[in-house]
Amino acid sequence: MPADTNTTESDTVDDSLEVTPDTQLPNATAPEVVFDVADLSVYYGAFRAVRDVNVEINKYEITAFIGPSGCGKTTVLRCFNRMNDLIESARVEGKVTYHGVDLYDRAVNPVEVRRRIGMVFQKPNPFPKSIYENVAYGPKIAGMKGNMDDIVERALRAAGLWDEVKSRLKASGMGLSGGQQQRLCIARAIATDPEVLLMDEPCSALDPIATARIEDLMQEIKSKYTIVIVTHNMQQAARVSDRTAFFTTEVNPESDTRTGLLVECDTTDMIFSNPGDERTENYITGRFG
Amino acid sequence: MALTTPASVGSRAAERSVADQLKKGGTDWAGTGFRLVLLSALGLSMLILATLIFNVVSMGLPVFTSRFGGFMSGTLRTRPEEAGLHQGLVGSFWICAFVVALAFPLGIAAAVYLEEYAVDNRFNRFVNVNIRNLAGVPSVVYGILGFTIFTKALRSLTSTGRANGLTVMSAGLTLAVLVLPIVIITASEAVRAVPNSLREAGYGVGATRWEVTRTQVLPYAAPGIITGLILSLARALGEAAPLILVGAVSGRLATDPSFLDLSQLRDKFTALPIVVTTWTTNPNPGFDQLAAAAIVVMLAIVIVANTIAILLRNRYEKKRS
Repeated sequence: MPADTNTTESDTVDDSLEVTPDTQLPNATAPEVVFDVADLSVYYGAFRAVRDVNVEINKYEITAFIGPSGCGKTTVLRCFNRMNDLIESARVEGKVTYHGVDLYDRAVNPVEVRRRIGMVFQKPNPFPKSIYENVAYGPKIAGMKGNMDDIVERALRAAGLWDEVKSRLKASGMGLSGGQQQRLCIARAIATDPEVLLMDEPCSALDPIATARIEDLMQEIKSKYTIVIVTHNMQQAARVSDRTAFFTTEVNPESDTRTGLLVECDTTDMIFSNPGDERTENYITGRFG
Repeated sequence: MALTTPASVGSRAAERSVADQLKKGGTDWAGTGFRLVLLSALGLSMLILATLIFNVVSMGLPVFTSRFGGFMSGTLRTRPEEAGLHQGLVGSFWICAFVVALAFPLGIAAAVYLEEYAVDNRFNRFVNVNIRNLAGVPSVVYGILGFTIFTKALRSLTSTGRANGLTVMSAGLTLAVLVLPIVIITASEAVRAVPNSLREAGYGVGATRWEVTRTQVLPYAAPGIITGLILSLARALGEAAPLILVGAVSGRLATDPSFLDLSQLRDKFTALPIVVTTWTTNPNPGFDQLAAAAIVVMLAIVIVANTIAILLRNRYEKKRS
C-alpha cells in the first residue's frame, strides 16, 4: 500500500489508490470532523446571500472555498467564528456545529468561539500598535498564563516573521510590508492558540512572492491547525488545499438578485481532475467565473 | 537621396501634426479665471480677519503696556482706568470647568453608545436626527431652558439665597447642555471614521465589544474627538446670549473671589463675553480700549486651547501609524 503518498499532485499513484478520500491520512483512520455544516442559509435582511450549504471540515486539513464573486464563500466562512454577528441584518438558518456543539446555540459565547477559531482577513489589518503589542493583544485579553515574551516569540516564529522583526518588536506593525503585515496578522491569530484558522482571501492584496511565503507557511502550520481558506485563485486552491468546496451563484428570477450555493465538496484532486458536477468543470476549465 | 526623401518628409509631417495637436488650445482662460476667483475669496477672508485682529490688538495694546497687572486682576468698575476683567476670567473659567466635567464625558459616552452599541432602528435614527437638530438650536433658547431649569426649578441646588439662582453654576450647567449635542456629533463622526477592519481585527482575536471599543476604537478616534472637544470649549467660552438669561452680571459685581474659591459656584457671577459687551456698550470712550484688550485675552485663550488640541492630536495620530 502506498500509504505515504499523501501529496496532492502525484497523479500516477492516485490511480492505484483504492481507499476513499477521507482515509488518505498516513495512519489511515477517518479524520476528525471539526465543523459540520448542515443546510446553512445566510440572509442579509430579506436577501438570501447563500443557501443549502452542507459541508464538513476535517481536522488538520486545509479546506479551500472557491467560486465566482458573490457566491457566498466569505459569508459561509464568517459563520464559522460568528463574525456575521457583527452585521446587524445578518441571519443564519441551519446548523453549524463545532465538535458537535451548535455554534449558534443561545448559550454559546461568540467571544469564546473567536478565541478558538482565529481569522485572517482579506486586507492585512494590523492594529496601529507595535509588532509586539499586535501579537500580545489576543493572549492578553484572553488572560493567557505564561511569559508574554515567549508567547509573542513563538507566534512570530510560527508565522515565519521572527527573524525579520526580532530587532524591532517595538516598531509599529503598520510600518511592515504588505506580506509581512499579513504574516503579522497570522501570528496575531495563532498567538491565542486557536484550533482553527479561517483565512479570507489572505493573499489577494499581496504580490506573488509574498503569496508564496504565505502558502508555504500554511503547509508548515497545517500539522497544528485546521485551516479553511477562501480564495479567488484556483491555482492557489490546487496548490495548498486537501479538500476543495466549489460554490456558485444562481439568479433569483423574481428579484434580480443572486444567491450563492455550494455545488460540491471533495478532495482537491477530485475537484480538479474529475469533478462530479458540470458547473464545477465549467468553472475549473475557465468557461465562466 | 531621392528615395529617402518622401519617407523623411512624411515622418516629419507626422511629427508636426502630433506637435500641433499637443500644443493646441493655448491658454486656459476659464481655469485661470476660476483660480483667481478662489484666490481672491481666500484673500478677502484673510484680509477681513487680519483687519479685525489688527484693529483689536492695536486698540487694546495700550492697556497691556500701561497696566497689564491691574487689568488682569481688577474688577468691574465705573472708571475705565481702574477696571479689570478678573471676575470675568474667573466666571469663564468655571463655566468651562462645568463643560469639561459634564458635557465632555456625557457627550463622548453618548456618541460611543450611538455608534458602537445602538442597533440601527427607527428610534435610534430619530435620536440621531434630533441631536443634530439640537446642535442647531439658537443659543438664546438654551438660555431660556437654563433659566427655567437651573435658575428657577433647581434654585435650591444651584444658588444661595441672595443670588436668586443667577449663579455661575446655573451658567455652567446651561452651557454644558448647549455644547453637549456638538460634542456628541463630533465624537460620533470621529468614532464612525474608525475603519471597520480594525474592529474586525479586534473581534477576530476574541475581544469583547467593550475591549474593542476601549483598546482600538477610542484610541483611533481620539484625535477627532479631541478636536471636537476643543471646538466645543471655544464655543462655550464665547457664548454671551444664554449667560444674559441666566443672569450674568453686567454692571457692578460686589464679589471678587479667587479662581479656586468653591463658594462662588452658588453666587452671582460674570463672564468674559459679558464683560466685553458691557464695556463696548458703555458710553465712556475709555472703555473701548478695555473691551479690545478683553477680546485679545479671549483670543489668546482660544489660541492656547487650539494649540493644545493640535499637539494632542498629533501625538495620537503618530500612534496610529
